[in-house]
Amino acid sequence: MRYLPHTDDDIAAMLDAVGVKSLEDLFETVPLDCRRTRDPDLPGPLTEWELTDRIAVSAENTAGPPDYKVYLGAGSYEHVRPASVSYLLNRSEFSTAYTPYQPEISQGTLQAMYEYQTLTARLLGMEAANASLYDGASALAEAVLMAGRVTKRTSVAISGVVHPFYRQVVKTYVQSAGYKLTELPYTEDGRTDLSPVDNMDEPAAVVVQSPNFFGCIEDLSEVEQKAHELGALFVTAFTEALAYGLLKSPGSLGADIVCGEGQSLGIPRSFGGPGLGIFTTLTKYVRRMPGRVVGKTRDLDGKQGFVLTLATREQHIRREKATSNICTNNSLCALTAAMFLASLGGTGIRELARLNYDKCEYLKRELREAGCTISFAGPTFNEFVVRFPKNDASMYDRLLAKGIVAGLPLARYFPELEGCFLVCVTEIKSKADLDVLVREIAS
Amino acid sequence: MKKIKELNLPGSVRYAEDHEWAKLGNGTVVVGISDYAQDQLGDITYVELPAVGDSFEQGDEFGTLESVKAVSELFMPVGGDIVAVNEDLGESPGLINEDPYVGGWIVEIQPSDLKELDALMDVDGYVEMLRGFE
Repeated sequence: MRYLPHTDDDIAAMLDAVGVKSLEDLFETVPLDCRRTRDPDLPGPLTEWELTDRIAVSAENTAGPPDYKVYLGAGSYEHVRPASVSYLLNRSEFSTAYTPYQPEISQGTLQAMYEYQTLTARLLGMEAANASLYDGASALAEAVLMAGRVTKRTSVAISGVVHPFYRQVVKTYVQSAGYKLTELPYTEDGRTDLSPVDNMDEPAAVVVQSPNFFGCIEDLSEVEQKAHELGALFVTAFTEALAYGLLKSPGSLGADIVCGEGQSLGIPRSFGGPGLGIFTTLTKYVRRMPGRVVGKTRDLDGKQGFVLTLATREQHIRREKATSNICTNNSLCALTAAMFLASLGGTGIRELARLNYDKCEYLKRELREAGCTISFAGPTFNEFVVRFPKNDASMYDRLLAKGIVAGLPLARYFPELEGCFLVCVTEIKSKADLDVLVREIAS
Repeated sequence: MKKIKELNLPGSVRYAEDHEWAKLGNGTVVVGISDYAQDQLGDITYVELPAVGDSFEQGDEFGTLESVKAVSELFMPVGGDIVAVNEDLGESPGLINEDPYVGGWIVEIQPSDLKELDALMDVDGYVEMLRGFE
């Protein structure tokens, strides 16, 4: 889609058509104290070459790969993006990020979304998926609202080791809808302490994230038991979709809603966005599910076709009783994830996930031997919490000076974890990279 | 859409403003939607039913009807407990279109106050209300 700014003549013609003299007159009905009295304080326009220079300077101030070895995960992961994915994405048939307004005319787009739904549902072991939401955090917020609709209850237990940003978004979404959130503490091994759930009065959902913010894999069978005992939905989120190439799928462990971030599946990190909200559930709940859904059907001549289906849940039909106000999806990112999953195939995804796990275990072991403390004993996938030898937090800055970003300092989100860092290792890091990191820490 | 004179509106049931009908049987009240309502909705594709044992006041929402392009809530014509639901609608929601007063019944209620039934419209009152929509 092109950006076409209005010329002065265009603006004059439009003002003339509605019968006002100036833009000032047009906005007259807006009360003065709601109006900005002066233009925003922005720098003036630049030439193309000035702009290029400026961006280059900004880029030089950023500690990113390949100049730096970055061990940051925490919701955004550095993974391989197969050339097949970038090639396919550049095809003009696909490179629109929007649900077409007359969707059924774009059978190719709908088929791609249908395949995305099939692939994500399979990855997570669930029965149904929607055509995607904005990102992992908003998907989780929608899941909490959906659990409320299904159970007609309003109190929700949410693990304190769900990503802090996700918890913030959930809070923003649900607090005005009358939900009461109870945050669950974490145990010594870095997993969710479910015991407070017992004292809750009819929770709508028990919400965890696995692997959780500390990288630890939650005991989902225990969550399932606890949630279903109380008639609550078992909702589980993820920030690292690739983990389910290796871990037992939440669906096979009895989850009612599984949702999270799909960035790992071929989407570049791009300074934190756009992401991909993966949302899956069970068939019996699809009428309570938010978002768009593509279905497969047959036309009058018996030929296969794809349609947007179950639209009666959505706000253009259901108005204030709609399941959510989401009436779009992140098509291009969903398409990327579908291409990524299809490019790797089941075996490839398992192997890639295995590489992450193995490299992470290797680094954990080497760091421990180098005198680091691994803070939590819970099993992990490709992230873990570490404390440097002699609790020397200044190590972080020394490593940064040597071109290594040694994870995310956790104290900002968990004050009690002052001096702890969340370290992520993906397939991208070579054994040599990991050995350099360990050597630098040991020296 | 049918014209008013083409509608099948039996005199043996009472009608609510939201187009549900209610019929007193052996102490219980059977509820469905009128021929007018099914005609307006078009092909019904899904019926969301309450559970047996649920109890509602008059006017409470007790379920939803989903047709190809719309969803409508169902409201209790009289208050009471749900004693039976029409399970056939799960497989064949179209029964409401084909046979709104017999095969397409929706729920059976143990009414808490039969006076609420008297307050509903008879067929003449209902036809008069529908004329107002024309």
